[in-house]
Amino acid sequence: MKLQRIKAVAKKEFLHVLRDPRSLIMGIAIPLLLLFLFGYALTLDVDNVPLIVWDQSDSPASREFVSRFSGSRYFSQQRHTDNYREIESAIDRREALIAHVIPVDFARHIGSGEKAPVQAILDGSDPNTATIALGYAEAVTRSYSREISLRQALRHGGTTAVAQLDVRPRVWFNDDLISRNYSYPGLIAVIMMVIAALLTSLTVVREWETGTMEQLISTPLRGPELIVGKLIPYFTIGVLDLLLSVLVGEFVFAVPLRGSLWLLFGMSVVFLVGALSLGMLISVTARSQLLASQFALVATMLPAFLLSGFIFPIDNMPLPIQGITHIITARYFVTILRGIYLKDVGLDVLAGEAVFLAVFAVVVITLAIRKFRKKIV
Amino acid sequence: MFERLKAMLIKEFIQALRDPRMRFVLFVVPMVQTVVFGYAVNTDVKHVATAIFDLDNSAESRELAARFGKSGYFDVKEHIQLEGRVREAVDRGEVKAVLRLNRGFGETLRSGRAASLQLILDGTDSNTAGIVLSYAGKIAASYGDQLRVTRAGREGGPPMRVATVELEARAWFNENLESRNFYVPAIIANIVLIITMLLSSMAVVREKEIGTIEQIIVTPIRRGEFILGKTIPFVLIGFADVALITAIAVFWFEVPIRGSIPLLFGGTALFLLSTLGMGLLISTVSRTQQQAMMSAFFFIFPAMLLSGFAFPIENMPEAIQWLTYANPLRYYLVIIRGIFLKGVGAEVLWPQLAGLALLGSTIFFIAVRRFHKTLS
Repeated sequence: MKLQRIKAVAKKEFLHVLRDPRSLIMGIAIPLLLLFLFGYALTLDVDNVPLIVWDQSDSPASREFVSRFSGSRYFSQQRHTDNYREIESAIDRREALIAHVIPVDFARHIGSGEKAPVQAILDGSDPNTATIALGYAEAVTRSYSREISLRQALRHGGTTAVAQLDVRPRVWFNDDLISRNYSYPGLIAVIMMVIAALLTSLTVVREWETGTMEQLISTPLRGPELIVGKLIPYFTIGVLDLLLSVLVGEFVFAVPLRGSLWLLFGMSVVFLVGALSLGMLISVTARSQLLASQFALVATMLPAFLLSGFIFPIDNMPLPIQGITHIITARYFVTILRGIYLKDVGLDVLAGEAVFLAVFAVVVITLAIRKFRKKIV
Repeated sequence: MFERLKAMLIKEFIQALRDPRMRFVLFVVPMVQTVVFGYAVNTDVKHVATAIFDLDNSAESRELAARFGKSGYFDVKEHIQLEGRVREAVDRGEVKAVLRLNRGFGETLRSGRAASLQLILDGTDSNTAGIVLSYAGKIAASYGDQLRVTRAGREGGPPMRVATVELEARAWFNENLESRNFYVPAIIANIVLIITMLLSSMAVVREKEIGTIEQIIVTPIRRGEFILGKTIPFVLIGFADVALITAIAVFWFEVPIRGSIPLLFGGTALFLLSTLGMGLLISTVSRTQQQAMMSAFFFIFPAMLLSGFAFPIENMPEAIQWLTYANPLRYYLVIIRGIFLKGVGAEVLWPQLAGLALLGSTIFFIAVRRFHKTLS
């Protein structure tokens, strides 16, 4: 490998990128778009559950029960109805996520010290939101139920000593359970994979398809020099995106960065080399840009989104799929990012992940170089 | 005109399907994606890895710990003995929750006072942590209720009758609240979007980039025929993929399909108007396939993320919520989920169908006009 030739290829590729400003702009704009979408617009938190109530009992007790829901910040939107059909249509049209039907004998049950059931109908077509909404509704109901029990126990002259059990939660690493703190660090892994898929995966195959590779082959340039030279400009764009991500996270979205900044950059660089080399390997193997783009999608971007634990927890997946996630580098990088950002852990905890990333990068770049040389001969 | 169109279509089909790897990309990859997606995309919270740190070791504390284990929500992975191990297990991500019962827990309960249990949660995954917390509240409350009853019984005398209020939840459309039923039908929309929009734009730009478009321009083919010839194959491929994925969803994942299948294809046709229109539009402003691919993703990302696929639209800031009205995927998802899970028909879905038709024809019209200009 000659440094001079690598420099020449890198320069050619830099010029290529700079003279095609759209690709460069997109290489910055798409990451920024993702950062702002995830930071600003996308959240799995549920804080507004539209509720529809059919109060058949229409008694002081039932009204008190309903007022507990209006008092909760999650159920600020409330609508009343007196028929089943309206409930059906409200849920069909997603105007209500949950419907309470308070039966006629609600007040009588409470008055005589019995169990008073209230029916809660949920829109199960969005199970994630429905589960969370039901959790909120149950908590409101529980606190009301306990209050009624206590009140009646006192009135009966019974002991005030009614045993009760509270959960005292202590949430570590993300006290207020802000979902942005969960998704943002992982996003850095996704962005780097996106760059690899969108930029590097086409860079070699394009030269074959448009015929310019013939000219490159006729120069004294060697395979490894071409691959390394071509990686350099995209590596630069990747580092730029990394800086942007960290800065935007810090100054715009105030995502806590508790661990070492140097470790974060170090690990990111290792991951970036692996990601770009994977894009390069695809580019060297594919015969047309159309195919390369599809392979890149399946091999880099989709796994980074779906199988890395970025949004969908790996623990929930069936075992064979969990097995597959072990060969997805993004999985390890997402763990590293969350560890550094939220848990303030260092290499002592993350060593296994770090070694995997390094080995992956070396193996893939070697593969890309070897695959290429075979063709040029 | 039909003859020329036919010739063009034959050329396009040969081009798209000649390469076995391309056939693989068009039909096998979507199926693999559906299966992986279907298993991986899951937000049900079950079997949370949990550790028990029982400092009290009384009958009550053991009973409560057992109730956590039996609930099906918590998988008890280990019993912690030392304080320091709590931090370590959570740091390493080995457990997501630690149930800590302090000394005197049982004693407090026996004397009839309020006791508390401590639940340490790994909050990095805020969504899971929130759900876990509500499960824990439920388990604690039900144990508390039972203690009250047994206590009243033990103290003799008539059991004190106090009222309780209970929610009896019934989930419509998806009784067990399985997230798979929510996500799998939506995969159709994402795959159709990527395949049709990305591939159609790249297919047109490819002819520009490698110069074959010059050859087409010199043939007697008209522009309208050229556009139809380029888009019809993708319409058919899109329909084929919808059919394939629907079959996998229904037969493999056992997702119910309760509504009308013709309506599903009708909705798809309207959706394709938008995606192919966008594909054409992108091809008019791109010179290289790389430009086309990047421009396509500049639209595909926000379209997917702001569609309600995984992130509920109601949670977004209001300005963004308005923006989603310009997103064809938003309407298409409501249609797909409505047909699969709710079994509703055009009488409920007409606003979405109308929105899709309006949006689609506008995009397609603009694309065709621009396309005419760039060719001439």
